[in-house]
Amino acid sequence: MSVTFLGMPPTRPFPRNAARALRDSQLRFNLRKATRTIRARRASVVAEAPDWAGLREAGRAIKEHTLRNLDRYLVRLEEAVTAAGGHVHWAADAAEANRIVAGLVKATGETEVVKVKSMATQEIGLNEALLEHGITAYETDLAELIVQLGDDQPSHILVPAIHRNRAEIREIFAEHMAGWGRPAPEDLTDDPAALAEAARLHLRERFLKTKVAISGANFAIAETGTMVVLESEGNGRMCLTLPRTLISVVGIEKVLPTWRDLEVFLQLLPRSSTGERMNPYTSMWTGAAEGQEFHLVLLDNGRTGVLADEVGRQALRCIRCSACLNVCPVYERAGGHAYGSVYPGPIGAILTPQLRGMGSELDRSLPYASSLCGACYEVCPVAIDIPSVLVDLRSRARHPWPERAGMAAAGWVLERSGRLARLQRAAGRLRRLTPRRLPGPLAGWTDTRDLPEMPEESFREWWDRTDGGRR
Amino acid sequence: MRVALFVTCVNDTLFPDTGRAVVRLLRRLGVEADFPRAQTCCGQMHANTGYRDEAVRLARRSVAALRGYDAVVVPSGSCAAMIREQYPKLAGSSGPFADAVAQVVPKTYELTEFLVDVLGVTDVGAYFPHKVTYHPTCHSLRGIHLGDRPLTLLRQVKGLELVPLPGAEECCGFGGTFALKNAEVSAAMCADKVRAVLDTGAEVLCAADNSCLMHIGGMLGRQKSGVRVTHLAEILCSTETAGAR
Amino acid sequence: MSSRDLILARVRRALAGVPDVEITRAYRGPSERPGEIGLFEERVRDYHAVVHLVDEPGVAERVALSLAARGARRVVVPAGFPAPWLAAADAEAVADDPPLSAADLGAVDGVLTTCAVAIAETGTIVLDAGPGQGRRALSLVPDYHLCVVRTAQIVAGVPDAVARLAPARPLTWISGPSATSDIELNRVEGVHGPRTLEVLIVT
Repeated sequence: MSVTFLGMPPTRPFPRNAARALRDSQLRFNLRKATRTIRARRASVVAEAPDWAGLREAGRAIKEHTLRNLDRYLVRLEEAVTAAGGHVHWAADAAEANRIVAGLVKATGETEVVKVKSMATQEIGLNEALLEHGITAYETDLAELIVQLGDDQPSHILVPAIHRNRAEIREIFAEHMAGWGRPAPEDLTDDPAALAEAARLHLRERFLKTKVAISGANFAIAETGTMVVLESEGNGRMCLTLPRTLISVVGIEKVLPTWRDLEVFLQLLPRSSTGERMNPYTSMWTGAAEGQEFHLVLLDNGRTGVLADEVGRQALRCIRCSACLNVCPVYERAGGHAYGSVYPGPIGAILTPQLRGMGSELDRSLPYASSLCGACYEVCPVAIDIPSVLVDLRSRARHPWPERAGMAAAGWVLERSGRLARLQRAAGRLRRLTPRRLPGPLAGWTDTRDLPEMPEESFREWWDRTDGGRR
Repeated sequence: MRVALFVTCVNDTLFPDTGRAVVRLLRRLGVEADFPRAQTCCGQMHANTGYRDEAVRLARRSVAALRGYDAVVVPSGSCAAMIREQYPKLAGSSGPFADAVAQVVPKTYELTEFLVDVLGVTDVGAYFPHKVTYHPTCHSLRGIHLGDRPLTLLRQVKGLELVPLPGAEECCGFGGTFALKNAEVSAAMCADKVRAVLDTGAEVLCAADNSCLMHIGGMLGRQKSGVRVTHLAEILCSTETAGAR
Repeated sequence: MSSRDLILARVRRALAGVPDVEITRAYRGPSERPGEIGLFEERVRDYHAVVHLVDEPGVAERVALSLAARGARRVVVPAGFPAPWLAAADAEAVADDPPLSAADLGAVDGVLTTCAVAIAETGTIVLDAGPGQGRRALSLVPDYHLCVVRTAQIVAGVPDAVARLAPARPLTWISGPSATSDIELNRVEGVHGPRTLEVLIVT
């Protein structure tokens, strides 16, 4: 079986990536500031919606119902899009999706495309694939632009350049904009408004002249064939409306049954992602809108494998809001790159190993990249029980032998209360010998923390000696 | 009412003072708790590290030891969450194990739930003349939704000055074997928690879980901060005439 | 086997024997009550858009004042925009007939439109390419967008708007001016879409 590609190759295991990120104090400062800002904003707009719990439950159920009838809704979507003058293509994996898109672009005779930020196209590594066909893809979302100009990797689902602060962004713009088109203004400052203005000027020409655009979609309505894209900057609208040809690459789990379902998701998504009552722009189009040529590429790339998993399939409910990343204490400290996938954070920790399998050391380490604190589940707008999926994936991971031996020994002791009591007595007698530093994998504890003092007698010894304190 | 104390393996082995405090506190409130001797560990470490078979064996043991009681009191939000949230998943939908789980789960209470909801007590007659801050551990907060029960109890303790912990709802970074497998991230989370605790100026940090306290206290100790950690039960057990011990 | 058949077969295999779930909609659905004008006004302002409340006879004067204040001399006016509302303006109304090029649109000083629906709770206006709204690019490329909203078009919440709109039409939901939060997650107004959004509410 081929290995599903997820935008970047699996690298070193998570703990090592995270340890490196932790030593980068600038990165830690940037992430802490950004995640805390967005966390507070989300909390305030969610608190404002009196029926949030009802919306969340409806969101969960609609997605779950869709997944359980996915074949039916995909066929329905195809019919509706086709009836509205669009063309539908099916891609079983990343390579096929890239082939289809490259073929469609080549058919237009163009060698440049503009792109709306899309997780699906990042997942399949579309830009790199297009380049092999002599086609240059220009990212137009501000954060994607920062990543592309900086020859960097995205580190967040919603804000791929969250790891960069304003000073770093200024550097990137000043240095690299000229290589991709209009250079940055000479006197560029690190004021966010000035940086946004520089991006506006840099991309303006590109928008007005490029003939082909590539997008993803947040939702695809089976009933009507309507595609929905939420955005903030207007780069999405530029790409969706101005070019003659529009190609949307959409994961098969993005389908929603009915038009009415949007009344739920257009409330859940903006409040969960950017922490706004509504994002600045949402575009909806059905088939070939305003004379445009429209192609929809439906992408599997491992999703049907996830769908087959009883516990793990709930990850397909994800609407890519990033609330779980923003609230995650591990993400906040490790950063997105540590996850080695375009899907970082808690959702990445359950999605990546399911899509890519647990063959690599990195992918095996991802289900453990969580203290199981449950903050992700609490904020998830479609109630994905991320901790439960993590625990389930852990039970299927291959474990290192020293750990297996330790766990087996612990299990053996704990299986009989007599064994536990004997061990406790032995430990009590040897308590003076407890070392300050532990060896091997246990050193991770004593490097920064003292060990608790071993008591003279265990609780059960006390209970037996005193008859539960009555003697 | 027949009440069983599920003391947890961590308290049994490392923090017997907490177990003793629960026994004495309940006795003061007129409840004689039994200690089923066959109990060992709820199996959470195995379950959460991915050793499902071992976890199932320990879960079977635990419910076998605890069934038949009217209430099971657990001085740990985390182990109470394990029993209530994970046992039903481990047990499946039918069979003797599932039946036993179905019997034990609704009768399992974390200590403060038992005090507030079952006994209906919020003033347990405790005296603890110290400045205290409370860390709501993740499984207490988001697992079994203890809410403000611990704070309600602490507010009634005579002499106790309760100070709020900034960012209280954030994880301390313990996470069981997470503290070893991702030691650096765990320590970074702990360092932030320690800073928050020190910022309060409290003399004592308390919580409903000794495992998290062992982690935070381990760093407080290494830094020679002078802040003491103690399980909530030991504060609630303290009186003017006698300390927890 | 085509990829279409392969994917559908995989889906069916994955779902064999999986029970369906019931959808409960325990949230505020479409209501009969109209949207509160005050709330709409407040929420649009929250996005740092400019808002004016005017009565019907005052629209022409308000439009003229706004365009003058902006210094807008040439503005795109889509077909179907009520002519009386332009009567007092000292600006050239540019028609999108024949369709203006993107470059033409970039060269005008602004655009005037009506809207299809407005949402009080979220401060959103929705354009559906109906009369007075034009195709999607018109309200996108110019740097200034003046939108006239009638109070009868203001609905309470998102479900009301979804119920009123026709999915077959190209729709643009606009909540404030173009913005980004990509730099340290601070909101900055004004990127690629109109950097100034002005809303006239006709009472």
